[in-house]
Amino acid sequence: MSDMRTPLKRARGMGAAKEGTGHFWHQRLTALANIPLVIFFVGFVITYNGASYEEIRGVLANPVITVIMMLALLSILYHMKLGMQMIIEDYAEKEGMKVLLLLLNISFVFILGVVSFFALVKIAFGG
Amino acid sequence: MVQLTLPKNSKVKQGKVWPKPEGAKNLREYKIYRWSPDDGENPRVDTYYVDMDDCGPMVLDGLIYIKNKIDPTLTFRRSCREGICGSCAMNIDGTNTLACTKGMDEVTQDTVKIYPLPHMPVVKDLVPDLSVPYAQLSSIEPWLQTVTPEPATEWKQSHEDRVKLDGLYECILCFCCQTSCPSYWWNGERYLGPAVLLQAYRWLIDSRDEATGERLDNLEDPFRLYRCHTIMNCTQACPKGLNPAKAIANIKKMMVERRI
Repeated sequence: MSDMRTPLKRARGMGAAKEGTGHFWHQRLTALANIPLVIFFVGFVITYNGASYEEIRGVLANPVITVIMMLALLSILYHMKLGMQMIIEDYAEKEGMKVLLLLLNISFVFILGVVSFFALVKIAFGG
Repeated sequence: MVQLTLPKNSKVKQGKVWPKPEGAKNLREYKIYRWSPDDGENPRVDTYYVDMDDCGPMVLDGLIYIKNKIDPTLTFRRSCREGICGSCAMNIDGTNTLACTKGMDEVTQDTVKIYPLPHMPVVKDLVPDLSVPYAQLSSIEPWLQTVTPEPATEWKQSHEDRVKLDGLYECILCFCCQTSCPSYWWNGERYLGPAVLLQAYRWLIDSRDEATGERLDNLEDPFRLYRCHTIMNCTQACPKGLNPAKAIANIKKMMVERRI
């Protein structure tokens, strides 16, 4: 491909996007938050391993447990979205593919989040 | 962008084995990447034998021996031969370093394998085209910027503030770190790379420079700065023992600091 742009034109590109620190900062914040939340989640799974459907449903309906589970969902899913976004930006080869993968990434996290949230709310308020 | 395979015309072929120097007893094998833009051939790896009794101890001495006594067409950059000009940066024994400060005895394998700096267009043999990293360097405006009128004498700086430039000002811009960074390989035009970011930090932390905000604004970008994932190849490669990864981490810290 013949490219007659000057090196400086290529280096300066379209300029700085004036964002990026938010992503960096949120990734670290959620990483920190994930430590206790994931420990709690794993502990929950181990503790209630083999318990009956009714029993787990009852525990999940406890307001404290529901809230912690919601926080865990929020933090883990957001962290996952940020991490996957970074990987896609690093490795996606074509611009179109990159945009498509980024869209899928956001959609996946949103759908998973809303479904999980709905399930928790339904359990918490009975029904 | 990620490329896991080389394009057809870039596949490296086995090259010529050059005759051993006559009467030499103490030989060291060199395998060197060769490519010329003129003949339309694929790149190849040529084998040479250096007479260690007739040659200095550094890898660059070996290259000069080959160029002078075996094959004058071998092309590489060199100038100061003492690690201050940064011209002879190349990939030796799998690591980017300066041929002039790398001793042949430091090479872990029997054969000294030499390639140009990775993932840069090759001009010829061991000479890479560094015009994009050079342009990236100039895009961060690596010079003192002030609004305050210039004093009649010099800009003053406390001893403590001067110490902050240690480990930064020594960079010789050989781009060993820059071209060792996978993030730079994949997004070389959008990510500034370790060498350029180290220079950016050198001016961000300079107590005399008044353009800190504008400099940070210019780096506030998901690609320019935040492609660094602390892989640390840069720090491992630096032939001057500097730590570009730490400089980049400090820039990220400044970015967060100014918004919380």
